[in-house]
Amino acid sequence: MTEKVLMSGNHVIGEAAVRAGCSFYAGYPITPQNELTEYMAGAMAKLDDGTFIQAESEIAAINMLIGASMAGARVMTSSSSPGISLKQEGISFLSALELPAVIVNCMRGGPGLGNIAPSQGDYFQATRGGGHGDYRNIVLGPASGQEICDLVTKAFDYADEYLTPVMILLDGMMGQMMEPVVFPEYRDISTLPEKTWKIDGAKGRPRRVIKSLLLDVNVEEAHNWKLVRRYEQIKDKIQMAESYKTSDAKLTVIAYGIAARIAKSAVDRAREEGIKAGLLRPVTLWPFPERSLREAASNNTEFLVYEMSTGQMIEDVRLSLNGSSRIHFHGRPGGPVSTPADIYEQIKKYYPR
Amino acid sequence: MTETIFKRPKYLKDAVFHYCPGCGHGITHRLVAEVIEELDIADRSICVPPAGCAVLAYDYFDIDVGEAAHGRGAAVATGLKRVLPDRIVFTYQGDGDMAAIGTAETIHAANRGENITTIFINNGTYGMTGGQMAPTTLVGQKSTTTPGGRDTKRDGNPLRLSEMLALLDGTIYIERVSVTSPKNIRAAKKAIKKAFQIQMDRLGYSLVEVLSPCPTNWKMSPVDSCKWIDEYMTKTFPIGVIKDNSENK
Repeated sequence: MTEKVLMSGNHVIGEAAVRAGCSFYAGYPITPQNELTEYMAGAMAKLDDGTFIQAESEIAAINMLIGASMAGARVMTSSSSPGISLKQEGISFLSALELPAVIVNCMRGGPGLGNIAPSQGDYFQATRGGGHGDYRNIVLGPASGQEICDLVTKAFDYADEYLTPVMILLDGMMGQMMEPVVFPEYRDISTLPEKTWKIDGAKGRPRRVIKSLLLDVNVEEAHNWKLVRRYEQIKDKIQMAESYKTSDAKLTVIAYGIAARIAKSAVDRAREEGIKAGLLRPVTLWPFPERSLREAASNNTEFLVYEMSTGQMIEDVRLSLNGSSRIHFHGRPGGPVSTPADIYEQIKKYYPR
Repeated sequence: MTETIFKRPKYLKDAVFHYCPGCGHGITHRLVAEVIEELDIADRSICVPPAGCAVLAYDYFDIDVGEAAHGRGAAVATGLKRVLPDRIVFTYQGDGDMAAIGTAETIHAANRGENITTIFINNGTYGMTGGQMAPTTLVGQKSTTTPGGRDTKRDGNPLRLSEMLALLDGTIYIERVSVTSPKNIRAAKKAIKKAFQIQMDRLGYSLVEVLSPCPTNWKMSPVDSCKWIDEYMTKTFPIGVIKDNSENK
């Protein structure tokens, strides 16, 4: 399929996953990501080896993924904020067991049951390792339909290469919005490197054990450091960010996902008014694109962090810049979405004089 | 000339069990390993051990093993089996794992008729964590969290999970056995073999509940523990076939 098609973000995730060779999906209904679960029900039924399971809970779904990933399949689940909280046990286990998996969080307003409006309140949970133990996951924050497609495709490859869960972190608006997308060809997964760790019966080889119980503290410590070495490799290799009109910016907005789309319009409007605003949009939320931030900071700009939360990513901005620049914040938690005009006002408010 | 009449089964590794003296896990492990050998399925079997005393099953079963989080065995086994429908996937779970924290995963895997086998060890206690009340602890039975004995008003009643599962259309074969005497052990092995055979014949969900002594946490001798199972535990958890739908399939 090389022609452009118009699809909602949730459907794009599903189609991109199928084309990336995903053959196992388990999920549980929750708004605003239901279209994805429904899409996968249809898509998996069309595959010879596809499995779709509507699980009894988010916990069951993520644990089904663990089994299917152990067996070597490319696997995905999706949910929205409260459901992702339930999945955290499994995400910790996937991380400890070094199992590839793609997890989609279509964020909604919270905490608690919250609402079904778009939000970015789960940034900490996603980027800090929301479950127990000392681990991180790759977190990708798409900002357009096409980028959803591209990042879902990458997510499956990253998961296999780095033996880790990869989270696609978007919000209800990205999931619902329809945009034109060009999909890649179907991936022939028989061309992928063999998973020499999978368990499929010890036929003609020594038996394999996939486990996370490491009672010997020295063994557990070594395992943790092994994961850290992999995380360092990931940090080095896959940082991604978009820089928009940043080279001469005096105030650079930092935002991700749908917030960055809104901020981009505000930056354009500010430029029309002769205000030197720019946008730096993290695409990888973990690893955080600190190199791009430092590069932007070297141009002597101030920063305005805009999030649909009370301020979570701003901590990564501060850590990356380490006191080198002035950082302002604008945030709206709980579901309301700022307009480009709102962000334009914020740019004017914080623009250095 | 000496003749070997009893030996370690082929698919039990040459390792020293960490289980306490008199514990039923060792016997049950042996039975499972013997069945795997007799059915010649070792190179296509995958074990999903629980969190609990049997978590270290991977040190003993000489086959592929994928460990599950506490209670999630049935969900992990579901994932494995759906991707690998021609492999033999079994979970080995205790009563706390299966009948408390993993009730939902267990019931729904059984209800979907997942073609997996479960070996369900019922010893009426949380062994690994030191003898707290389990969902299967008998009324009046003492545990570290029911020091005066299980009081139904405060602690609820023993949960008969196998009988509950038997009500589900997805379950094919459910039998409760014990490992308290040579006779009962032989019956237990027969049941375990049948449960695996049902999976090999692709009939659906099969489960064998094993009433298993835990002398350490029951604070009884191994002999008294077996006697206690026979005399008291079987009153709440009677042994025998609870459901067998294999002929109708």
